[in-house]
Amino acid sequence: MSKTPDAGDSPDSKALSRRRFLRGAGGVAAGGVLAQGLIGCAEAPARATAQEPPEPAAPAGGETLEGELEIELSINGQARKLRCEPRTTLLSALRHRCEPALTGTKEVCDRGNCGACTVHVDGKPALACLLLAVDQRGKQITTIEGLGSPEKLSALQQSFWTHDGQMCGFCTPGFVMSIQACLDKQPKASLEEIKRSCSGNICRCGTYPAVFEAALAVARGGK
Amino acid sequence: MKAFKLHNPTDLESALALLDTPEARSGATRVLAGGQDLLTEMKEHLAEPDALVNLKHIPGLDQVHAGADGSLEIGALCTLAALEEHAEVAQRLPALAQAAGVVASAQIRSQATLGGNLNQRPRCWYFRSEHAPCLKKGGTECFSYGGMSKYNAILGGGPSYIVHPSDLAPALVALGASAEIVSAKGSRTVALEKYFTLPSESDVKRETVLQPGEILRRVLVPAPAANTRSSYTKFREKGSFDFALASVALALVLEGGTIRSSRVVLGGVAPIPWRSKAAEAALEGGQPSRALFEKAAAASVRGAEALAHNGYKVPLAKGLVIRALEELCA
Repeated sequence: MSKTPDAGDSPDSKALSRRRFLRGAGGVAAGGVLAQGLIGCAEAPARATAQEPPEPAAPAGGETLEGELEIELSINGQARKLRCEPRTTLLSALRHRCEPALTGTKEVCDRGNCGACTVHVDGKPALACLLLAVDQRGKQITTIEGLGSPEKLSALQQSFWTHDGQMCGFCTPGFVMSIQACLDKQPKASLEEIKRSCSGNICRCGTYPAVFEAALAVARGGK
Repeated sequence: MKAFKLHNPTDLESALALLDTPEARSGATRVLAGGQDLLTEMKEHLAEPDALVNLKHIPGLDQVHAGADGSLEIGALCTLAALEEHAEVAQRLPALAQAAGVVASAQIRSQATLGGNLNQRPRCWYFRSEHAPCLKKGGTECFSYGGMSKYNAILGGGPSYIVHPSDLAPALVALGASAEIVSAKGSRTVALEKYFTLPSESDVKRETVLQPGEILRRVLVPAPAANTRSSYTKFREKGSFDFALASVALALVLEGGTIRSSRVVLGGVAPIPWRSKAAEAALEGGQPSRALFEKAAAASVRGAEALAHNGYKVPLAKGLVIRALEELCA
């Protein structure tokens, strides 16, 4: 696991994270899933920073988050530390709170209507605008940057290029992520399955036919 | 979005305790599951809670338990994607699996939960606009009544004319499901048919019997009777993904060419999933035929009163009932 440049592990942050971990674990006879979740929290501390409020009226089991926090998310296989609030969406965190920023995930409607901010959470397609960043601790986030790079495009990205699957390109990362999730599950997806997988993505330029061609080419093992 | 405190309890008792305070009961605390509706409400300033109680760290709330008797207990945090793909749901309750599969988009289905789908707020554009102080937001007027009513109710409306947006609700009512509700005070079970409330019979600002402090914990679906068939048929203005203009959930017992019993529940046309006992009576004891289906379809919209722009929903709902019956009895 590589670390981002600002991923300082100060003794302070460790102490805080342990405290939160212990507080969280205290009232709970943890089952497997739960234990995993808590270990996730311990490694990716929900660290309240300088202005940490006084001890919240903590429930018997669990944690309460408020104000500015430092959290760690696993994005494209890298541990990324960032500061955010409970209300910060994953979309906002990727674009505005990560350093360097991850701007491949696009903000368009910010209401779950357009699909431009589609990412994968634990391999499943999801809308980054409708997820809280702090809720994604311990999960594997994949963004468009995690599929390929300008130097080495993924097969699907290359196919979008080859088949002219974009015009202005603003919706493209969302389409690629939706269709990639479909192909990960069904490598030989049919046209109907591909259409259904990206039915939540809107392209205002209307490049749908070329998008479907690009996706089908990959599903058929071609270019 | 207004800043809020996020509680991440890891057991149900803690979650219920957090909801059992005077502040929480005043509505300042909301329950967070998949967040696919709640976050949009918060972004539009329709909901501005001081705190959220996040249920996603509580183990077990998303579990589906298949009983040996053929019944199913479905945890409220089960995602729509999981519901659609669950083998026993698909096998025993086709109407529910079909309904889960036509909600919104793949991205939303992967996060949205059963409980959130049943408790989502209406889509009426007056309700969704923070600038329209409508009846459901504490105002004095339902603007759809004299305004743009294309997507509003033809049945059961008044004084508010919202339609209930859930696809799962009609399917689950057709399947005779009930809701298990928990609070710090205990638990209660309500037939899903009684879970949803008409604006005329209850607080116009709510759509369900769920009270502050309560959580919908799971939905219980009894074993379907032998020879039961069920389906969910939805009509959308935009085929790719959309809420229903109208939909119909059916559960029929078809034996020896005769419809022994039936449940007919319309979606997208009323403030609640609209069970039509008149349509059921028309079908029961009958033999599947176009004439019978037309009779049931006419009965299903009996009493419909269109507003200025939603008269199309009457023939649409009737057509859907006929289509759904033809497909299910084929």
